[in-house]
Amino acid sequence: MTTTSDTLTDAPAPARRRGTGTPATRALGIATIVAMGWLVAFGLGFSPADRDQEEAVRILYVHVPTVWLAYLAFVVAALCSGLYLFTKKHSLGFDRVAGASAEIGVVFMALTLVSGMLWGRITWGVFWQWDARLTTTAFLFVTYVGYLAVRNLGGSHRQRARRSAVIGLLAVVEIPLVHFSVEMWRSLHQEASVANPTGGTKMDGLMLFSLFVGVVAFTLLYVWLLLHRTRGMAMQDLIEDRGLDSALADRRSEGAMS
Amino acid sequence: MSALIDNAGYIYGAYAITFAVVGSFAWRAIRHGHRLGEEIDDADKYWT
Repeated sequence: MTTTSDTLTDAPAPARRRGTGTPATRALGIATIVAMGWLVAFGLGFSPADRDQEEAVRILYVHVPTVWLAYLAFVVAALCSGLYLFTKKHSLGFDRVAGASAEIGVVFMALTLVSGMLWGRITWGVFWQWDARLTTTAFLFVTYVGYLAVRNLGGSHRQRARRSAVIGLLAVVEIPLVHFSVEMWRSLHQEASVANPTGGTKMDGLMLFSLFVGVVAFTLLYVWLLLHRTRGMAMQDLIEDRGLDSALADRRSEGAMS
Repeated sequence: MSALIDNAGYIYGAYAITFAVVGSFAWRAIRHGHRLGEEIDDADKYWT
């Protein structure tokens, strides 16, 4: 006689289906958390106050890495857009990396704006000024929000990839405008302290190291997020394709019966 | 030190907002991946 518990034991266990994680992304995630811990320790603890900006300089250890990584994310999105448009295969993989990278770039750019506003409140006494750097940065942010909106307009994956690739290639042109706005126009915003036009770096050693820790931490985070989001988008596309295949099969069977 | 106390809200706020936003985004990415992963065989995932 078979008992209920025997039946449960004998039944094959359903295969556990994985998400977007792998041992490599887990290791990368742990490295990111450790690097973020170092950023907090150096940014809020070990790094000294600045002679002019005093304690407000601590905000720059998150503000500067987020804007650099946002630039990188948008450049990666443009490169992948170009690879999608101009290679013979027109691989949707490039489109997904472009979409995931732009999405992460928008998050980082939003953080740049918020941390910059908090820094501006301490340094300038106001959260916002319609200054060249701030205005062009806000414009870049809105452009990429638009890029993400265009990706969700509907249509086939190929249509999505083609139209967003064109926008991705056009939008990236704004980055030099944002970066060099402080030199092209009179601006409240300070000029670059690292790799400035004179080729020098105007920062104390420990401050520079704290900034370096921030850049490393946010670079690790960017790569980790990019892997997860690209894989998530690949699964989303596969599910949508299956839904379409199933709808087409239903339609054909209805047609055959009538 | 008094400058740090005067501006502590802005400085700690910048870090808190940054970590809260990236943490939420990362959490959402993982949850979304798990949910979609349940609907697809591992054989169809190029990373497995």
